[in-house]
Amino acid sequence: MAGMAPESGTGGGGKAGLGYRKLIGPLLVPTWVMIGIFLVLPVMLMAVYSFLTKEFRGGVVWDFTLAAYDQFFLNRGLFGDEPPVIEWTYITIFWRSIWQAAVATLICLAVGFPTAWFIATRPPKSRAIWLFLITVPYWVNLLIRTVSLKFLIRDNGPLNESLMAIGLISDPLPLVNTNLAVQLGLFYSYLPFMVLPIYAAVERYNFALSEAAADLYASRWVTLREIVLPVVKPGIIAGCILVFVPSLGAFLAPDLLGGAKTFMIGSLIDEQFRGSQGNWPFGAAAAMILMTLVLIVLMVYARAQNKAEAR
Amino acid sequence: MKKLLSTATAFALLAGGAYAEGSLSVYHWFEYIPQELVDKFTAETGIAVTIDTYDSNESMLAALKAGKLGQYDVAVPGDYMVEIMAKEGLLDSFAPADLPNFGNIAPEWLDVPFDSGRKSSIPYQWGSTAFSVNRDVYTGDINTLAMIFDPPAELQGKINVLDSQGEVLALGSIYLGIPQCSTDKEQLKALNDMLINAKQHWASFGSDTAKDVLVSGDAAAGMIYNGFSAKARAEGANVEYAYPKEGFVVWMDNVVLLKDAPNRDNALKFMNFLLDPENSAAVTNYAAYTSGVTGVEPFLDEAIKSSPENNPPADAPKGSFIQVCDQETQTFYDAIWTNLKK
Repeated sequence: MAGMAPESGTGGGGKAGLGYRKLIGPLLVPTWVMIGIFLVLPVMLMAVYSFLTKEFRGGVVWDFTLAAYDQFFLNRGLFGDEPPVIEWTYITIFWRSIWQAAVATLICLAVGFPTAWFIATRPPKSRAIWLFLITVPYWVNLLIRTVSLKFLIRDNGPLNESLMAIGLISDPLPLVNTNLAVQLGLFYSYLPFMVLPIYAAVERYNFALSEAAADLYASRWVTLREIVLPVVKPGIIAGCILVFVPSLGAFLAPDLLGGAKTFMIGSLIDEQFRGSQGNWPFGAAAAMILMTLVLIVLMVYARAQNKAEAR
Repeated sequence: MKKLLSTATAFALLAGGAYAEGSLSVYHWFEYIPQELVDKFTAETGIAVTIDTYDSNESMLAALKAGKLGQYDVAVPGDYMVEIMAKEGLLDSFAPADLPNFGNIAPEWLDVPFDSGRKSSIPYQWGSTAFSVNRDVYTGDINTLAMIFDPPAELQGKINVLDSQGEVLALGSIYLGIPQCSTDKEQLKALNDMLINAKQHWASFGSDTAKDVLVSGDAAAGMIYNGFSAKARAEGANVEYAYPKEGFVVWMDNVVLLKDAPNRDNALKFMNFLLDPENSAAVTNYAAYTSGVTGVEPFLDEAIKSSPENNPPADAPKGSFIQVCDQETQTFYDAIWTNLKK
């Protein structure tokens, strides 16, 4: 991505532009070093480990094998002696995680878009205060916020007690240890990642366009669909990716709010490195497969962006 | 929660400076040593203590194997884990003469199968793992593992299970009356099916939360360690700890000297300190288990001595230790656990 910069820097021209172009190479060195150390190296390490043989109770033996991927995709029975069939266990876990992350993203969008719109349409002075308020809860550690959420929604927590006190329900709503609780937790954890990019997009929106649309007899709905949404779309897509991707690998919310009863991608990988199974190659393989999935999502997005820009 | 870093004597670290007698890094279970006792050790020896915590034997082993060996001086593994760690070469050994209080070890805990002759470990506390039931919710007879694995209607959907493969599979095997390291396919399948069927009645998996869910009422029954249940009772939960007729798990936690300990001498001082009856009793009074040191009785709280959790009824069966399976057998049990949690 960063390598494309020199080609696009042709607009300015002249001597100043040439000097700038010469500097680009050296200036990019820190970026490449960062990407190399914090992205390429760890991912390559993970890729190599996923092809190694697991050592009993954690660790690896340096014998290359496809065993980890075999375990992921093929089911050979409890004792490994049956003819292989497709293994649905891990596909189900992935599907469940994708579903949870998708629902959390949708809730974030439904709440985040109006919130961002509201903030962007305040006078500039109070905008800063609203944005500040959005970030305040995030000064507290994620773990503590997740545990607090559990306290709020448990059977004899304040939410259920007050609903029962005003007579709306007679038995506590079973919220804790459900999928809904997990989605709620993910939504709560990642909401600002949705609000902030959409806010940035809406803030740039020229509201004269809305007035023009109204002058031309466009209804509010048509204005939103035809004028506003195309302009703020990049913000919405960026927000969705920023919420969806971390939700996919989250394991705090599923563990604490979902009762750790079923594996999510995150907890499945966590278990391979922390639990008694100690199957590092399998954990690495699952992480590689997850990363591939995320990459595909991002590439589809990038392609859609390019098409949109070309138009 | 799982990785709370308790900077026990941050003050001493700051103030000590050049006069400090060095430091000690302890890798310990959560909620298992009273802060006053740590402070007492620091006051007596001038050694600053840092404690990191873990929530299962397995995660401690995983962390040490993943590169934390050489960072800690002592850890507190359970009986079967001492054997595993010794096999993995993670333990250092000492001579009885290194610990002046070595003679205080209770005779029945001196020559134990998991560390014969006590070359690398000293007893910390011992107790049992079974389960507790909230007596406001269920009033019938609770002394059977069916409370967890085939629960009555009142408890269904309100059960917490320890998030620990060793304990869940051992209790399941005891319930079915099959050996813990079985290689019989029929028995393993039966265990697998029984657990999957039981899981529909469970609300959550959690070890460090096992007490809290009973106190808060999120769970009406929960697999738990006996002393942890006593603490739940002390915090106001109307729970009774069961000694199931099928059997239950007994365990002993041990302080081990880790290989490549950065402060080996301080580690030995700490182990010797913990073998002092008064100090060992302080742990027992805090954690509500039973000490493995002789002469603690005069220092024990009356409530601990007479607690129902520590005094099984006369007709209770003998508990069994968790067994260490060989690699091939362990693969089956790992598969059953993944199956259960998928």
